[in-house]
Amino acid sequence: MLSPRALVLRAPGTNCDHETVHAFDRAGAIARRVHVHALAEKPSLADDYQILCIPGGFSYGDDIASGRIFALELKTRLGDLLARFRDRGGLVLGICNGFQVLMQTGMLVADPDGKPRASLAHNRSGQFTDRWVRLAATPGKCVMLQGLDQPFDLPVAHGEGRLVTRSAADLEALAAAGQLVLRYTTDGTGQATNPNGSAADVAGVCDPTGRVLGLMPHPERFLVATQHPSWNGRLDGDAFGAGLSIFASAVKAVS
Amino acid sequence: MLWEVDVLSADPANDHAARAVVAGAADLGIAACTSARAVTGWLIEGELSRSDIERVATTLLADPVTEQFTILELAGAPSTAADAAGPSPAASLPLVLHVLPKAGVTDPAAQSVLAALRLLGLEAAAVRSMRKYWLPALPHDEAERFAWKLLASEAIHDVVVGPLPLRALAGGRPWAFTQVAVPLDGLDDTALAKLSRERCLALSPLELSAVRDHFAALGRAPLEIELETIAQTWSEHCCHKTLGSPIDHEGPDGAVRYDNLLKETVFAATREVREALGRGDWCVSVFRDNSGVVRFDGDHDICIKVETHNHPSAIEPYGGAATGLGGVIRDVLGTGLGAKPIANLDVFCVGDPDTPAADLPPGVIPPQRLLAGVVAGVRDYGNRMGIPTIAGAVAFHPGYLCNPLVFCGTVGIMPRNTAQTEVQKGDLVVVAGGRTGRDGIHGATFSSIELTSDSEAQSGGSVQIGHAINEKMLVEFILEASRKRLFHAITDCGAGGLSSAVGEMGVSLGATVDLDKVPLKYEGLSATEVWISEAQERMVLAVAPGDWEKLARIAADEGVEATAIGTFTGDGRIELKWQEEVAGVLDCHFLHEGRPRQRLQSRYVPLPATSPAWSATTPSLGATLLEILAAPDVASKEWIIRQYDHEVQGGSVIKPLLGPGEGPADATVVRGVLGRDRGIALGVGLRHRIGPLDPWQMAAGGIVEAVANVVATGADPDRIALLDNFCWGDTRRPESLGTLVEACRACHDVAVDLGAPFVSGKDSLNNVFAWTDAAGKPRELSIPPTLLATAMGQVDDVRRVVTPDLKRPGSRLAVIGLTRDDLAGSQLEALGVVTGGAVPRIDAPSCRKTFRHLASAIRDGGILACHDVSDGGLLAAVAEMAIGGAIGATIDLGKVPTLLEGGQGRHADLTIAFAESPCRFVCEVDAESAGRMGEWLEGIPWGWIGEVVDAPRLTVTGCFDGDDSVALDALARAWRSWKSSP
Repeated sequence: MLSPRALVLRAPGTNCDHETVHAFDRAGAIARRVHVHALAEKPSLADDYQILCIPGGFSYGDDIASGRIFALELKTRLGDLLARFRDRGGLVLGICNGFQVLMQTGMLVADPDGKPRASLAHNRSGQFTDRWVRLAATPGKCVMLQGLDQPFDLPVAHGEGRLVTRSAADLEALAAAGQLVLRYTTDGTGQATNPNGSAADVAGVCDPTGRVLGLMPHPERFLVATQHPSWNGRLDGDAFGAGLSIFASAVKAVS
Repeated sequence: MLWEVDVLSADPANDHAARAVVAGAADLGIAACTSARAVTGWLIEGELSRSDIERVATTLLADPVTEQFTILELAGAPSTAADAAGPSPAASLPLVLHVLPKAGVTDPAAQSVLAALRLLGLEAAAVRSMRKYWLPALPHDEAERFAWKLLASEAIHDVVVGPLPLRALAGGRPWAFTQVAVPLDGLDDTALAKLSRERCLALSPLELSAVRDHFAALGRAPLEIELETIAQTWSEHCCHKTLGSPIDHEGPDGAVRYDNLLKETVFAATREVREALGRGDWCVSVFRDNSGVVRFDGDHDICIKVETHNHPSAIEPYGGAATGLGGVIRDVLGTGLGAKPIANLDVFCVGDPDTPAADLPPGVIPPQRLLAGVVAGVRDYGNRMGIPTIAGAVAFHPGYLCNPLVFCGTVGIMPRNTAQTEVQKGDLVVVAGGRTGRDGIHGATFSSIELTSDSEAQSGGSVQIGHAINEKMLVEFILEASRKRLFHAITDCGAGGLSSAVGEMGVSLGATVDLDKVPLKYEGLSATEVWISEAQERMVLAVAPGDWEKLARIAADEGVEATAIGTFTGDGRIELKWQEEVAGVLDCHFLHEGRPRQRLQSRYVPLPATSPAWSATTPSLGATLLEILAAPDVASKEWIIRQYDHEVQGGSVIKPLLGPGEGPADATVVRGVLGRDRGIALGVGLRHRIGPLDPWQMAAGGIVEAVANVVATGADPDRIALLDNFCWGDTRRPESLGTLVEACRACHDVAVDLGAPFVSGKDSLNNVFAWTDAAGKPRELSIPPTLLATAMGQVDDVRRVVTPDLKRPGSRLAVIGLTRDDLAGSQLEALGVVTGGAVPRIDAPSCRKTFRHLASAIRDGGILACHDVSDGGLLAAVAEMAIGGAIGATIDLGKVPTLLEGGQGRHADLTIAFAESPCRFVCEVDAESAGRMGEWLEGIPWGWIGEVVDAPRLTVTGCFDGDDSVALDALARAWRSWKSSP
């Protein structure tokens, strides 16, 4: 059987593309970096892929708001390509800046009128923060979180990752629809690990189909034990990290 | 038409910038400023309608959930009425204040908006970003003072209190070609010195007289552009003017005569180490290219460079540090055929954080604010570049108050056999990346001139603002073009701009450059300004004409501007042209070989030895330990580290903070290539408190500390590359130059004894600040002699590295190395518990032996945790290990191997606990492996000193005053208690 193919979509300022390609490769896919300009010139490039991932970074500098220009570019130059990609059975994954981009495109949290129910705002601390968090998944129909039924660790590294909803009712609606699939939880010592003040500790959101996932933590940064801050003397250096499971679930689902 | 769009958070509770303003105002004693609102403002000029602008605001500038916006049309005569600035968000905030980047200062956010407008099908003529603040009623001058203190930097901003008087943004007219001759004939030394000062050339009368004679022989006066080129090329920044000088030195070993100090010390050490390695030599390209290159694995070489950006950071910390990092990243990118940057490091030396505002000389930024600014600069540039900032240090000393040191370093990886490059005759001169503006004029010569309290006013043009995304795009372009071998050579446009870059690449061939073809940010730059501008994010490439189209295609694909601006000719001259007219001509030989070298005199007299003088009352061991852990030099730098993305690229193996208790690391380790197990270890050493006491031991101690840091992780001690960064005061004084010579001598001796070659380095001299004090007296403050040593080690298998955090109860603790009575320059001395005494002394051959034995123990898997003993001594080291492991330990001071003279007592205990004797390690050893320690460490002084215990305490026994014990959470709290609060 042919290996599934993953398109890692980059824009000026994308900077987690190489390790994201590496993650898909390790999970058994064939992954390629594709520049958004190249895809805009030839949208049919996407036809060869089953997974599309927007990785982390600072697309276009994120000087106005994280992900805004990249999302605008997708909307103005590629129209509904991402939605069609999903509707023909593809999976879409947005990590960190990619999550911010997906939020800005309206694919994840639009209300029935197409208006956004939520947005990702500056961290409560007002600062960029790189730290490890503990996460709990409630996958429901979210394809890429299947099998992650125990709490697991991943790093976050962002300045704008705090989920803010338009109203309490919007938060309710997203929860009721089973879209709030990933949350920050407490670590082994009982300390809360929510790094940004996100509403309801939300770390990741899927779309109503479960085939589009956006998350602030970086699964590509925990593929092997040596990436964990406490691995040394405690974990086998060759053991798999929890992040690999997300890529592996994506690959399995489209194989 | 000029539009203003103001965006602010819909919920005032989320207005972080406003919160910072209120806090800052409280610090400045402005009681009235109890609330504020901060606005991100955009000025957009062009033929755009109100509905266009509304679309821009809703789809691009404001978030529909969290923000709201206001649109203003700036038309008609400017009005000073407050409502001319739009409606205030609150009646209690009637005063409006604007902070804008000065015209011509890089404005990355505005460039983003300009590009995004095109996606919306709108073409604007110009965009400028600004910050706008709504404040309670304040007197105009108080508001302005507040803005300059807290919100704006004179070097790069304009402040407008009240409504904006602007009605147009675009400006600038093309420069009309003229030639400006600068006659030197008949000028004596005094007149030449005056000319150098007035034109900011930083050339000595001797050097200028060589220029005068050269042009006299040509029968003409030099043109301004020629004189500027020479000044850039001959600057201290570009050519190691002092370190490369012939020097007559008188030191403790008698008189020594150097023909070239650097070649005969630092370079010589590398040559000797490489000769000793013979066929096993693993250096690839050292002291030649923009960074030093060494062998890594079968397919790759790695390279490293560390630079300083001291003077720009003193004036504009954020921009200075960001562009310092941007510059060193380009050094790596411009090495060989281009290396991929994979890790950054940063080291800051600043004044005492508690310096009272009244003690700050005019023009000096308070240390805490400066530190916050440089950290933010590194954060915003490094994070956007997607290069992990993994290693670093912060050092505090009153001598750095006016002249802080900002070191930025980058490690790169490149395919083997791409380190050697050669420009070919006929190659095109191609400039790629950002556009050229007036930013950074005279950076190279400015960094060679001492700072004064007027520097901000004089040299504001030297401060550049970085645009990280431009550089990120440049990296993608260069690495792809390199993979396809589409250029013959590359270098970065750093100090001296195009003049240095083209000059270096065309060193023997020469080049013709059409300066009018260089893409500009705005019109109006003269040929000279284009040629010496240090605008950021530019690289120069030598491209065969046949490859130009392919190269240009890749540049276009990556959104990078690349322009052919000339040809490497082979006629040995640099010919500068402007629309076919000759703007200047320089002979390459004169430019690179014509600088007269002056023989310098240096003297060094060691300070007399002193005995330690103890304070009358000495605190307990436990209390002292808590104070030391909270000292700024030692305390956790978590508030800095977490602002840096230290994990991007996915190669992280040893992070700067680790273990369940998030303790400190010695060195950090990353994989060279994802999916492979060979790693790179990075450590730094800086013994700044020893500098004023003994420059030889300061330098030697820094090198040994850097190496010990990487060896403690399990790096191979026989494959460590060193870098030197000398930062000194006024080396025109023989006494000051004498300390520099001693430090260079130390570098030679220690590198040879350790078998660790220097592969690259840089010096920054004249770090002196001059001002006139309140009494009208001229004052001067010089930095302490400072060598930053950086060690880049290699780890055979990252799965076998060792970290400092304690692992498990029941294992044993050993100390390797001898503790001596050498408290001078220690943290204990900084606390005032003791004064004077001996300086820690380096015995490099025995250090090497220790490093090798420790490495074999780590390789055999016997060591669970290992920590180098440095600032704060043995107890601080054990405390840090316990904090990281979130687990306790018991140690017996009586069992620490020492060379102390005199008997037991309180002072002896304090010495054993806190002496910073070099080349010592604390190791946690598995109980089963304990029996093998003697075999691993044969011939090395070491001893068992305690155990890891299953209790949250650090207990010290064997003390003169009885046992002492501190709870783990008290240790952690003390260690985390210091934080910058600008």
